[in-house]
Amino acid sequence: MSAGQAVPVSWYLLLAVVLFAVGTIGALTRRNAISVFLSIEVMLNAANLALVAYARQLDQRTGQILVFFVLAVAAAEAAVGLALFIAVYRQRRTIDINRLNLMRH
Amino acid sequence: MQAIDLLWLIPALPLAGAAINGALAYARAPKPLVTAVALGAPLGSLLVAAAAIWQYLAGGLYPQTVERISYAWTAGGLDALHIDIAFLLDPLAAVMLFIVTFVGFLIHVYSVGYMGHEEGYARYFAYLNLFMAAMLTLVLGNNYLVMFFGWEGVGLCSYLLIGFYYDQEFPPYAGKKAFIVNRIGDFAFLIGMFALVARFGTLDFTSIFHRLAAEPGLGTAAYAGGLSFAAFVGLCFFIGAMGKSAQIPLYVWLPDAMAGPTPVSALIHAATMVTAGVYMAVRSNVIYQLTPGVSLFVAVIGTATALLAATIGMAQNDIKKVLAYSTVSQLGYMFLAVGVGAYSAALFHVLTHAFFKALLFLGSGAVIHAMGGEQDMTKMGGLKKRLPVTYRTFLVGSLALAGIPVFAGFFSKDEILAAAAASGLPLHWLFWGVGLITAGLTAFYMFRAVSLTFDGEFRGTHEQEHHLHEAPPVMTVPLVILAVGAVVSGWVELPLVRGADWFHRFLAPVVAVIAAVGGGAASAAAAEGELGFGTELVLLLLSVGVAVAGIALARSLYGGAGGAERGLAFEESYPTLHRLLANKWYVDEIYDAFVVRPLHGLSWVFYRVVDMLVVDGSIRAGAAVTRAGGDLGSLTTTGNVRNYALYFFVGVIVLCWWMAR
Repeated sequence: MSAGQAVPVSWYLLLAVVLFAVGTIGALTRRNAISVFLSIEVMLNAANLALVAYARQLDQRTGQILVFFVLAVAAAEAAVGLALFIAVYRQRRTIDINRLNLMRH
Repeated sequence: MQAIDLLWLIPALPLAGAAINGALAYARAPKPLVTAVALGAPLGSLLVAAAAIWQYLAGGLYPQTVERISYAWTAGGLDALHIDIAFLLDPLAAVMLFIVTFVGFLIHVYSVGYMGHEEGYARYFAYLNLFMAAMLTLVLGNNYLVMFFGWEGVGLCSYLLIGFYYDQEFPPYAGKKAFIVNRIGDFAFLIGMFALVARFGTLDFTSIFHRLAAEPGLGTAAYAGGLSFAAFVGLCFFIGAMGKSAQIPLYVWLPDAMAGPTPVSALIHAATMVTAGVYMAVRSNVIYQLTPGVSLFVAVIGTATALLAATIGMAQNDIKKVLAYSTVSQLGYMFLAVGVGAYSAALFHVLTHAFFKALLFLGSGAVIHAMGGEQDMTKMGGLKKRLPVTYRTFLVGSLALAGIPVFAGFFSKDEILAAAAASGLPLHWLFWGVGLITAGLTAFYMFRAVSLTFDGEFRGTHEQEHHLHEAPPVMTVPLVILAVGAVVSGWVELPLVRGADWFHRFLAPVVAVIAAVGGGAASAAAAEGELGFGTELVLLLLSVGVAVAGIALARSLYGGAGGAERGLAFEESYPTLHRLLANKWYVDEIYDAFVVRPLHGLSWVFYRVVDMLVVDGSIRAGAAVTRAGGDLGSLTTTGNVRNYALYFFVGVIVLCWWMAR
């Protein structure tokens, strides 16, 4: 593949699929809440990657700008999520999600 | 306003009286007020009825059927079933109206004295007025449904009044027994009405009877179970009458009904309600004229009931039980008359019986009143001197019941026996013969009761003897009036009074023979008065002879000084027979073993197996399945976030697959 030649959009999509699968497996298998949270961020960014790839392919500015909004919201959400983990840790002295099963009761 | 337009007022007045007295019972109103309402309502009915009958007879309305529609009960299209709350007056209704209002009012007056010291005075009169309202509805209704309404109403009042002493054990039981046994008959009555509605689309007497008379094929063409339409309906109605009028096999409630106050026994269980079945059969005579087979059945049942009840009456020691079995027996006579087609004779016996049996019951009430509640005749005796008015009137009633000439019962009973002998039914001489034997038994048991009660020496306690007293005038005056009625009510058939067979001719428009309907029916219908004069005289002498013999035998056994001891010892000398009769042929025990207990067992099966196992079980099973499903579903609620994430993931996969499909 020579310089100046654009990377085909399918490659981006393939990468997004791989990232999404990695994130999903991580979210379903990890026990540490922060790891689960990170995996979910990976899934989100996989979706983001697919969005920006399509926007570039279709030459849509709106889509490319929208991605920044998603990143901004994700950053805010990460802050809230991490704050929650700290609060939980103070209460329960753990953030192992196998032991955070209060929803059962 | 013409009196005849006020027919609705006749049942409405006692209904209002019942409502007012019911309210007064709650308000604990003073007794004079209760008495005024209790007597005012039936007196009003009596006066309106008298005015209406007078206008009917003197106003040139006889022999029409006067009908007055009060309220169109069922609204609907042109072809819908129309039933009105409507009343009629014709010769048959007039006779019943006279009996019910006149005898009913007298018994109300008597009750003021008899029930004066009882608890629940207002409640008693509320029930009694309600009974009058229902009975008058029954008698005056112009269609089967209004009649049935009254029919059920009198049944309800009978139940309420039998169980009047509800704090004792037996009366409520007897009330239930009466109600349940009557229910069996009412069921058949309903079926008969349904058949009429299905065929004719109406329940009005006049239109049904006209169409039945116009279509004699209804009496022959097969309808159900090998019976013709008329036979089917006639049989259903007769089963209804069996319950109400205490015929074999549904008579067992009437003797137990004596648990109620004695005036109730006189009014409901002797003079009026129990004759409702006879009234209904006479009213439906067109049906019975069409079906000789059912008529024969009616005659057989009536005769058998008359004989069976008379035999039981011979061995009862309770004065009211004697009269109760006597009532059953006399009702049997009335159905014998219906069966042989002597409808006017049946109603004639209803009339005379209402007088003399009400008299006898009220007389027994005066005796029981004087004895402080004692009903056992073996503990009475010698009351002749202490209760002179009661004794004389009771004697008149007994002579009337026994069928001694001059007294009313003689005329009506003789007319029935003559009709039985003259009827074209098979075995008609057997009917006559059994009727004659029953007449002898009747005379015997009645004078056994008279001797045990009034003759000889007093056999009760000293305290009872000390308290013996003649009843107050409020009780004796009705006795005397009824005693007069028990004599003169039979005279309406005498040639001296307005020509021979006046009563028979008076009723003729109602019991008109349908022209030429099959051989058997025609001969059954032509039964009345076809004997030669000589034969009739011989039969008459025979029945009088039998009655006199019965009285003489009873007198010789139980009469005179020490007669009671002698007679009771005589009964003991036939222990088997005496026990059989005293225990009522063990009919109650037989019913208990073959009907009540199997039904009890069956209802236990329905309760335990069908209701608790099948019905409740299926509902419980449904609940259990739902609960198990919920439990199963709740297994997924682990509380583990990763599991939920997995469900979520699987859900998304499924959704994607479904959308991409």
